[in-house]
Amino acid sequence: MAGSSEAQIDLTPAMNLEPVPLLDWLIVMPVAWCIVVGTILLMMRKNTAQQHLVAIPAMGVQVLITAALLSQIIINGPTTMVMGRWLPPFGIAFTVDILGAVLAFTAAVVALACTIYGIKDVNGSGRRYGFYSFLFLLMAGVSGAFLTGDIFNLYVWFEVLLIASFGLLILGSEKGQLDGATKYAFLNLVATTLFLIATAYLYGIFGTLNMADIALKIAQSDGTLPLNTVAGLFVLAFVMKAAAFPVNFWLPASYHTPRVVVSALFAGLLTKVGVYAILRIYTMLFSLQREALEPTVNIDALSFAVAIVACLTMLLGAIGALAQTNIRRLLGFLVISGIGVMLMGVAIGTEAALGGTIFYAVHSILVMTALYIAAGMAAKLCGGAEDMTKIRGIYQKNTLLAAITLMLFFAVAGLPPFSGFWPKLMLVKASIEGAPWWAPFSILLTGFLSTIAVGRVWALSYWKPEDDDNETQDDANAKSPIGVSDFVPLIGLTIIVVVVGVFPQSVFELAYQSAEQLVNPVAYIESVFGSEVVE
Amino acid sequence: MEAWMAVVVGALFAVSIYLMLSKHIIRILIGAAILGNAVNLLIFTNGRLTREVPPIIGVDESVLSAQAANPLPQALVLTAIVIAFSFFAFLLVLGYRAYQELGSDNTDEMRVAEPVDDQTPPLGY
Repeated sequence: MAGSSEAQIDLTPAMNLEPVPLLDWLIVMPVAWCIVVGTILLMMRKNTAQQHLVAIPAMGVQVLITAALLSQIIINGPTTMVMGRWLPPFGIAFTVDILGAVLAFTAAVVALACTIYGIKDVNGSGRRYGFYSFLFLLMAGVSGAFLTGDIFNLYVWFEVLLIASFGLLILGSEKGQLDGATKYAFLNLVATTLFLIATAYLYGIFGTLNMADIALKIAQSDGTLPLNTVAGLFVLAFVMKAAAFPVNFWLPASYHTPRVVVSALFAGLLTKVGVYAILRIYTMLFSLQREALEPTVNIDALSFAVAIVACLTMLLGAIGALAQTNIRRLLGFLVISGIGVMLMGVAIGTEAALGGTIFYAVHSILVMTALYIAAGMAAKLCGGAEDMTKIRGIYQKNTLLAAITLMLFFAVAGLPPFSGFWPKLMLVKASIEGAPWWAPFSILLTGFLSTIAVGRVWALSYWKPEDDDNETQDDANAKSPIGVSDFVPLIGLTIIVVVVGVFPQSVFELAYQSAEQLVNPVAYIESVFGSEVVE
Repeated sequence: MEAWMAVVVGALFAVSIYLMLSKHIIRILIGAAILGNAVNLLIFTNGRLTREVPPIIGVDESVLSAQAANPLPQALVLTAIVIAFSFFAFLLVLGYRAYQELGSDNTDEMRVAEPVDDQTPPLGY
């Protein structure tokens, strides 16, 4: 019936018949580029000596693409591109606002650092089994999650990054890796399945999967729909991905088992995708169905629960860090502690608090990756030991590494003038204004406990000189096991951490603008449906 | 019809959660497989269950009739089946490999990554 003779059918209500502007292609480029490069690297998996020669420039291009996308979004506001020309809500839409673009850019920077650090950290067998391919597929999943405007598509990107992370996690097949990966895999599978269940219910209620469409329909709903249940399911799924307190146990079980570069990448990216998803789904979509719990405390019951979870998560992270001797496990608990700080901003939900959360997410991506890299270098200096009691005298062996690590420790504990200070300041200020007393108290207590935890590591493993009976090892310093390809990514990330700490103004503004767009997503919806839909 | 499906889905969820509470990897694996199927049925049920109305758009209409089954959840289920299948395949191999390497499928005994006799950090300089 629908042959070419019936060309008079009017397709304009359902399809975008104009050619897509060239700049809009930037929106899908980060994902498409990563998949293409990942495939090419898979084809050259036996050329282990050449893989990084392709991977590093390709990841550099990824940084440039996301930087161009970010600058476009800052100039033009949120932008949408639809797949297959189907107009939303029929087709899958990629909608990018400042939050997504900032996080995609930061993720690309961190991935570039890990690609460079991987030169020495990943041996021939790791490359033959596809380290660089998995890295690019992971980046495709992470970028896709940050850029998509369709909730089922978000689920698909979660699965893409999850399966790539499985591959990275078991690369090497050590006993510890298999143990950690088993726990990581099952618990994350349950988390994404919960996400899928929540998505199914949301579709059952509204009959659409486009985030902008859902935001509009939630705004128009009359309050009789079971939205709190669905929001609760989404929050449970995402806090599990983000490793918040009652559902955090996969993270300390697995993050210290794989290669250092894989740990660094995971610590930077994976949990922050969970936080991003909470911001996007819970804060942006479900923001209009809230009733305040008490008139004095301006947050609703679900946000109150998130606030309690946030407090417990940050305290558990800090106390867990205090109890560890393995440095990478200690850092895993600091990742969890940072997740708690970010969730506190989500629970308060004001623009200032959300700005703090977004700033903290950027800070945490950079600092946690740099810290894992630094811990890996310290371990290399001490013959592969990762135990706080076995790593000794790093300051003696390599003063530069010890100095950089001290800066990163200050940053992760939230001390000025490094990047961790400003988002914590924003969050403490916002929580004094909009939350019960225990919210700012626990943020400050967490900062104090983390300072003790990292300060002890620095004092014992870095500052304290090596025991005298090991004098013979000094000869080995002539050929240091760490080289330029280890220091370049570490110094690069540390420079960003210091610059953001000393000149926080531009990141402040970006974080506030992202938070404004989240709290009032008019521009986001307009970019999907055009300005006439929003009254 | 939908009510009966809801009961079936609920039963499948109950079975899968019960199995996943076990300490043995093999039971958790079966639980994960059932969980995937429970979710697929849940999505499927969301798109109306009907056999009577063929999903054909008539000559003068522009949308499906209201009684026809919604094809979108079926597309979602297809995607979810593919993903759940590949994950299950990976988890099967991972579970078997962990059993070979660690000599146990009891998660309580898998303590290589987090040793039981973990030291506490030194308390003095």
